Amino acid sequence: MPPWICIALAALAAYRVGGRKIGLLTLFGLLFLWNLRLWQATVETLVLVSIATAAALVIGVPVGIWFALSRRAWRTFSPVLDMMQTLPSFVYLIPALPFFGLGAVSACFATIVFSVPPVIRLTALGIRNVPGELVEASDAFGGSAAQKLFKVQLPLALPTIMAGVNQTMMLALSMVVIAAMIGAGGLGRAVWQSIQRLEAGAGFEAGIGIVIVAVILDRVTQALAARARPHGAA
Amino acid sequence: MGRISLEGISKIFGSNSATALGLVEQGKRKSDIAAACGAIVGLRDISFDIEEGEILVLMGLSGSGKSTLLRCMNRLVEPSCGRIVVDGVDVTRLGRKDLLAFRQKTFGMVFQHFALLPNRTILGNVGFGLEIKQVSARERVERSMQAIELVGLKGWETKYPSELSGGMQQRAGLARALAADADILLMDEAFSALDPLIRRDMQAELRELQRKLKKTIVFVSHDLDEAVALGGRIVLMKDGEVVQIGQPEEIVARPATDYVERFVEHIDLAAVLRAEQVADRSAPVLAPTQTVAEARTALGGTNGGASGGASGGSWLVADGDGRLVGRLFADRLASARPSETLAGLLDLGLPVVPAESRLDTLLATVAAHESVAVVGRDGRLIGAVTSRSVVQALAARPGTHGQPKAGAPILSKPSGAPTWSGTSPNSPSTRSATTASTGSPSMAVG
Ligand SMILES: Nc1ncnc2c1ncn2[C@@H]1O[C@H](COP(=O)(O)OP(=O)(O)OP(=O)(O)O)[C@@H](O)[C@H]1O
Ligand SMILES: [Mg+2]
Repeated sequence: MPPWICIALAALAAYRVGGRKIGLLTLFGLLFLWNLRLWQATVETLVLVSIATAAALVIGVPVGIWFALSRRAWRTFSPVLDMMQTLPSFVYLIPALPFFGLGAVSACFATIVFSVPPVIRLTALGIRNVPGELVEASDAFGGSAAQKLFKVQLPLALPTIMAGVNQTMMLALSMVVIAAMIGAGGLGRAVWQSIQRLEAGAGFEAGIGIVIVAVILDRVTQALAARARPHGAA
Repeated sequence: MGRISLEGISKIFGSNSATALGLVEQGKRKSDIAAACGAIVGLRDISFDIEEGEILVLMGLSGSGKSTLLRCMNRLVEPSCGRIVVDGVDVTRLGRKDLLAFRQKTFGMVFQHFALLPNRTILGNVGFGLEIKQVSARERVERSMQAIELVGLKGWETKYPSELSGGMQQRAGLARALAADADILLMDEAFSALDPLIRRDMQAELRELQRKLKKTIVFVSHDLDEAVALGGRIVLMKDGEVVQIGQPEEIVARPATDYVERFVEHIDLAAVLRAEQVADRSAPVLAPTQTVAEARTALGGTNGGASGGASGGSWLVADGDGRLVGRLFADRLASARPSETLAGLLDLGLPVVPAESRLDTLLATVAAHESVAVVGRDGRLIGAVTSRSVVQALAARPGTHGQPKAGAPILSKPSGAPTWSGTSPNSPSTRSATTASTGSPSMAVG
């Protein structure tokens, strides 16, 4: 698929989600990256980030639900989450290597582990913060645990969960850049190579590319989170 | 359907419930038990029945266990011991699945802060209970719309809760409970978050709805005026125990304990009393066929038993079936020729109210017309409410003005047949003699 079609589609999608401003931001941001000959690297980065984020959600949301519903699980594993978030990010690269070797798989694995805590934490928080009366309403009308979860708790926790998705995506992006050290492709590799070759200009261009991708992803996911907020809420 | 029977319900909060239950059986006090084993006694040995189709109001101060008791009925709170039987089903014995099904079928609940889902429209909220029952989408919309119309929210179904006022949100909450078509509505301080005017409207509407739909309603409130407005039996609770159960007027008239008495101290008596309780039943009633001379004899030549004020009082006149014909003013009687029959002397402009009207709704009429006739459901005259009988009724409040606590005549329950039965219209003298012999205080006053 030629880049300009991709860019047009991406801009259109961003417009649908977040309105004209975010649509234009996406359009010009991506065109600029294409112009810098960073299109290929950008796509690689986006693919890595998307895979890692999706995997983090698939793992993180159910774990977050479990933590929300079981006080015991929350108390046991909450310190683990704290520790995961205080470790420096490149530490995560080390355990991935023996299993998957150098390359994209290791990078992806490290990224998932690194970026999963926010979505777990915010899913649990969102569910716990659903007003007791609403949960009771589901019980009072004879709702089963599953009905309660899917009709009341998850929908009401959705804005908080979306905030978690945003944070997770940002963490994934930062990790994907660092994971270039163990062989991940994309914008991170462009930076990493230019550091090794002392090409300040190219490194700077790739750096700007990362910033642009970060801003676009951040704005789009924030717009998604805003849409998830209930009607009339600030 | 919707009969609830509570048998020895106790609820202990906290870990040491077995020990605490033992202490409860020994009759230890709530504070002692808390000190002994750290458990909180939420409810203690509560037994009473709730009739099908009645509004029962659970009342008591904060922390007296009203919400806990209400939630025991559908087992949102698991009772520590005792049985709850609803329409012959022992709810306390139901397994997990059966309990959910039973809640779906039998209970609707209305919450203090409405508990509407902010991410759904009113229609979506009202259909919530049906959705849980897995009713098909089409039927759900249909039944939800019926409930929405019933509570007067038509036209608002596509709005979100945040777009509605508190009163309207609570209507939606009520509609949600009604849409599920459960026999029993549990309402925990459902109107407490509303401002006073809206609250009054909602109380009146709930009563109206209840009359139409014949649901069993258990309503938690800490406001006696609200309990009175809802017009059902009251269960007064204190520290997890039931102190008194009865109609509002019974509780006001005969408070079982000082606690109840303090509770009812500030009640608006005029809202509790009904016309039939205030009506002066002892005043003689004349027949339209009597002559003036006969009437004068019957009344003992004096102003005996005339009710009303300024113009020297008046008497009620009723026909042989006990139906009101009019009233006779004392001055008309005094100036009339002895051979005239009363029929020609009557004032026909006397206002008539049904026996169950609340006193506070009558006051303006009484003030304007001196007296108001009260008729029973069968159309028979019960008596007259006059300014004097109103003052007497209000002054008879127990526990104040040094009046006796119980048995104030004005508050005693109507004893089936009124004093004057209207079966012998041709012997008015016997009638007035009968009433005189009851020694009613009103005979003595002019
Ligand atoms: N989950 C709980 N754990 C421990 N104690 C509880 C719990 N729920 C209620 N209680 C205690 O049970 C007692 C009765 O509480 P309840 O909520 O039924 O009172 P209430 O009459 O509804 O009061 P209010 O008018 O404030 O709503 C109180 O002493 C309260 O502290
Ligand atoms: Mg309560």
